[in-house]
Amino acid sequence: MNAVLDPIAALGRAALGLIKQAGALALFALEALSHLVRPPFYWRIFFSSLIETGFFSLPVVALTALFSGAVIALQSYVGFGQYHVQSAIAGIVVLAVTRELGPVLAGLMVAGRVGAAMSAQIGTMRVTDQIDALTTLSTDPMKYLVTPRLLAGTLALPCLVLVADILGVMGGFTVSVAKLGFSPSTYITATLDSLKTMDVVVGLVKAAVFGFLIALLGCYNGYNSRGGAEGVGSATTAAVVGASILLLLFDYLLTDLFFSQ
Amino acid sequence: MSTPPVSTSPGAPLGTPKIRIRGLHKAFGSKIVLDGVDLDVEAGTSMVIIGGSGSGKSVLLRCILGLIEPDAGTIEIDGENLLTASRSRQDALRRQIGMLFQNAALFDSMSVGENVAFGIRAKHSDRNGATPSRAQALQMAGDLLKQVGLDPSVGDLSPSELSGGMQKRVGLARAIAGNPNIMFFDEPTTGLDPIMGAVIDGLIVDCVQKLGSTAIAITHDMASAQRIGNRAAMLYRGQLIWQGDASELMNSGNAMVDQFTHGRREGPITMELRK
Repeated sequence: MNAVLDPIAALGRAALGLIKQAGALALFALEALSHLVRPPFYWRIFFSSLIETGFFSLPVVALTALFSGAVIALQSYVGFGQYHVQSAIAGIVVLAVTRELGPVLAGLMVAGRVGAAMSAQIGTMRVTDQIDALTTLSTDPMKYLVTPRLLAGTLALPCLVLVADILGVMGGFTVSVAKLGFSPSTYITATLDSLKTMDVVVGLVKAAVFGFLIALLGCYNGYNSRGGAEGVGSATTAAVVGASILLLLFDYLLTDLFFSQ
Repeated sequence: MSTPPVSTSPGAPLGTPKIRIRGLHKAFGSKIVLDGVDLDVEAGTSMVIIGGSGSGKSVLLRCILGLIEPDAGTIEIDGENLLTASRSRQDALRRQIGMLFQNAALFDSMSVGENVAFGIRAKHSDRNGATPSRAQALQMAGDLLKQVGLDPSVGDLSPSELSGGMQKRVGLARAIAGNPNIMFFDEPTTGLDPIMGAVIDGLIVDCVQKLGSTAIAITHDMASAQRIGNRAAMLYRGQLIWQGDASELMNSGNAMVDQFTHGRREGPITMELRK
């Protein structure tokens, strides 16, 4: 009897735990967002987070996008060669980069770099009483620590993705022209013909959602971390893993929303 | 567990206390941390709360500060119940409180000067809406650092570059930045050598006297307790088992308090722990 019921009970507990966690995350996000319309707003923290999330992530995102575009061009050339449709490479590169690879790869890079840093920083503040100190100094920790970071993440990632889009296409262009023998003008014309404004816009919308999720998971896990260095380490891992999974889930949902017929 | 008898020495506070706590309960899961604490702290009094690790001292302070929500009981400041007051009123009442944390809890993303300036700007903006500029606050922070015996040039350093004693001083400067009329000290001498501990105690006494504040300090350090406090109380297993003058700490007449203050291995506390 127990052999049958125990796994079901465990599954039920896991499901309830997941729902509870999702509810707590949603309430955390709502509280943080409510501070956007209630002064004061901590602009200094916002700009500092914007620079940390956007500017300092630029090298890693740029390199990732550049090489991804180049790899797609190479792989497509080999694969499409079998069907003699190599001319479609420019379109494939630009669509893959703007719709998917730009936002997703930039998001994953930022989740690893910035989400982890946010979680570690806020988690350390939690376990060293710095967050309690903020409260005793009449400063709402949600308003001070979380809201500016959420806004910064939401605004920074689209900017990064715009750069990633350009560099991804440039990577494909460079390989196609320098290695695969495409004519530059033909490649550029094919790229522009394939690209629609909607592709870029949807990519940027995805990026904004991903940026919000990365900052949210980073702040949430850090804010709720307990138990010293080990707790901060666990919170950081949870922030990166959670953000990566949510990012891929929302990527599917947004793609389905915008591109499914 | 039977409730230990509360003994009170002569000279218990009379009149309306600055802080009045009645029947405060707090449990974390099945662990009862505060079990019906009643405490009065008269205005201008420095109350020292002693007790072993896990006796509920820090939780008591955190309940008053609003960092932990108690399960039951009342906490009054100037006769006004904090727990039933509106959120804005709670905030206003708690703005009177300055807190020195055990590890100073300085913001490590800021310089020392910015830490103190943060306290100045935060408290001033609450009180009258006229927030000093960043430059003005940094200048005021220099004066506060001088007040706690530090050179204003220390303001440019990062908290991690300071010794434990210096961090405590900076924490004290930040805590008094808003001229609080209630001050809390969470184990102010923990981790400091005896001389530095005495220095910090002296600064605390000076600051409290200068501001005319009411203070609550929690500590394990009996020398510190006697230097800081003029009243004392002992928490044991979430209950207040003794209150009296701080001068009576080492000779309270309460077996548990005497065992604790003299650090004896044998006595009622050990006997109960063995049960």
